[in-house]
Order: sequence, then structure tokens, then C-alpha cells
Amino acid sequence: MNQRPITEDDLHAYVDQALEPERRAEVASYLDEHPDVASRVAGFANQREQLRGALASIADEPLPAELNLSHIIESRKRRPLRAWRAIAAMLLLGIGGLGGWTMRSVLQDSSNGLSALAQEAAYTYGVYAPDRVRPVEIRASDSAELTQWISNRLKQPVKVPDLSVSGYRLMGGRVVATSHGPAAMFMYDDDRGDRLVVLTRPMSSRNQDAPMMPQSSGDVAGFAWIDDGLGYTLVGQLPTDTLKPIANEIRKQARPI
Amino acid sequence: MKDMLVQVEPLIPALRRYARALMRDRAAADDLVQDCLERAVSRWQQRRDGSVRAWLFTILHNLAITQFRQATARGRHMPIDDAGEQELASAAAQEQRLIYRDVLSKLARLPEEQRAVLLLVAVEDLSYADAAKVLGVPLGTVMSRLSRARERLQQEMDAVGPRNVVALRSLK
Repeated sequence: MNQRPITEDDLHAYVDQALEPERRAEVASYLDEHPDVASRVAGFANQREQLRGALASIADEPLPAELNLSHIIESRKRRPLRAWRAIAAMLLLGIGGLGGWTMRSVLQDSSNGLSALAQEAAYTYGVYAPDRVRPVEIRASDSAELTQWISNRLKQPVKVPDLSVSGYRLMGGRVVATSHGPAAMFMYDDDRGDRLVVLTRPMSSRNQDAPMMPQSSGDVAGFAWIDDGLGYTLVGQLPTDTLKPIANEIRKQARPI
Repeated sequence: MKDMLVQVEPLIPALRRYARALMRDRAAADDLVQDCLERAVSRWQQRRDGSVRAWLFTILHNLAITQFRQATARGRHMPIDDAGEQELASAAAQEQRLIYRDVLSKLARLPEEQRAVLLLVAVEDLSYADAAKVLGVPLGTVMSRLSRARERLQQEMDAVGPRNVVALRSLK
């Protein structure tokens, strides 16, 4: 009979009871003939039993109130994305009229408009990233049309960054309004559904450059920089050290050389 | 949200167990699970098809890893020998308790990545493919880590019996 050789993986799968009945029988008869291997496997099985036994009681403890899922769902309904609160605050400033303009100039002045750009990206993220129905206007499948539209509106050629090396796929994009005119938004997601937003728009002066700076607003963090008059920002609900290499990748791709 | 409640709630005890076995600190582990559940609630609709169990463990595992890295960056390190062991085995009988305590302290000596794979596979019953998803590594890496984890834990267990360890510890 031509039997497939027994592998180390088979031995572990035997211990973890993950084999098909037929293969399981083959491994069992192999172990009968090889007592030294059988004793190793018995050791692994014993570890498994001890670990399960030692940790079993944790799963039996009553759940504390903080881990009551109904409470978590409830409190979330009452308190949506923190970014929304930032938007509400911004609207209040807008109603304040003059206050809003003062705020704008402060944002504009600080670090070459980078914080204004990052703030716009955070608002954009707050509005579109949670959107389940239509987070993007044009989907990635029509990326040629997307590039065309955005380049027209921004009055300069804009490349869509490819973040597949970082594990993020382009979902699509749209033109969004900022207080400095139209900006391009590109949205990406990964297998876990974490979404990232890249926002780019022309800055006030053509030849402006600014180094990459970390930014954060509420629970949205990211990086912003300016290359040759075009401002870029990457934002998401991820730690900054995760976002940094992705931002570097975007900057590398956006540069003509 | 109703279907989320039905699918997620039964898994919370397992998430707690994994978090506590990794963190070895009840409060820190429960904080992590709470954070994980809040994220799960907010991202429920964005989840891809596939096992909810693997999805939740992925969120939890990533939070734990971030926490470990931050702790390392700040120069703090997790206490290895006595953090929370008492709590870990509170329901077990006295005799069994020493054995359990012993296996947990040996588990704690494994490198973090080996510990994680052993817990996911041997305790939480994730399939190898799901464990690969949670850890973000290829299947082959799961198998080699699992093999190294088991060999190493076995060496530790063969080296000294539970009684000896307890005796040594009370000597210091």
C-alpha cells in the first residue's frame, strides 16, 4: 500500500484532533510501531490537557460589567465616533462666525497649513470611513475615471497611491470640499476592514515643501507633508508607527522620480 | 446589532482567557478585551466573511502586541514568575493547582510568538488556518512555531518536576 509519509505537522494535528478520521488512523498505527515518537506525542497531548485545565477557570468567571456587550453597544449608540464631536465643535465655531475665521487662520499659520490639511483629513475620515453604503464615489474598478476626474478638479495630474505592499487595497475615491477648495480623497482597507484615508490638495503656494509631520485629532491619527505645492495626508485609526511606513510609501510613489 | 450580540457574546469568556494567559494580569487583560469589544462593535459591518471567532481573536491579538511593544519601548517588562498565578488557578484543587501553576510559569518563559500560537491552537481550538490569520503569518510559520513551542515546553517540563520547581522557588 502506498501510504503518505507521516509528517511533524501530522503529529501536531493528531494532538490537536484536527485530522480526518482516515489520516488519524494512519498516524495512530504509525505511533503504535514507533514508541519513541509516541511518547513525544503523548507529552504534547499532556501539555495540551494541562494548559486547558490551568486556564479553564478563567472562562467560567462571571463577566464584569465593563465586558457586558449589551452595555458596550448601548454606550456606543449614545456616543458615536469621536470625530463627530470634533465636527460639531467646528460647526459651533462656524456659527460663531468670526471665531471660525480666527480658528482657520491659526490652523493655516501653524506649520505651513499642514495641521489644517490634517484636520480636513480627519473630518473627511470621520464622515466617510464609517459609511457602509457609499464610502467612495468612484470605485477602484474605475480607477482611470477616478484619476481623470480628480486631476481635472485639482487642475493638476494626481496619481492614486498603490498601497498593496502595505496590505491595503484601494476602495476608491471622491472629491471632497475643504475651506481651501477641492481635495482628493482616496480610501483603502485591509482584510480586517481597517480603513485608511489619503487626502491631497494643492497648497496655497506652488513651490511649497514641508517635511512629514505626525498629526492627530481625536482617535484619528496620521501624517501630513507637502511636496512641490501639493499637500498630502494619511489618516486612520491605527497607531502612528503602523501608519508611518505607509505614509513613506505614499510619498515615495507621489514623487515624480 | 442583534446578530452581533448573538455571535460575539458567547466568545467573550474565551477572549478573556486568551488575553489573561498572554498578559498574565487580570486588569490589563480585561482592559484589552474591553477595547477589543468596542472595536468589534464599531467595525462589525466592515467585517469580511469568515469566522467571527478568528476575526475577534485577530483584533485582540493585535491590541496585545501593540501593548507589548509599547511596554518594551518604555523599558518596562512583564513580570514573569508570579504575576497573577494565584488568580489563574483559583478554581482548581490544591494538588492540581501546583501542576497548573507550574505549566503556566513554564508557558510564560516561551517567546511571546510561540506562546500565542500554542494558546490559540491548543487552548482556544482555532484551526491552523485561523491561527495563521490571527497572527498574520503563513500556515507554515504557524506549524513551525507550534512545533518549537511544544518542544521547548516539553524540555522545561522534563527538566524539573512540578514539586522541585515549587521547592526551588520557595528557597529564593
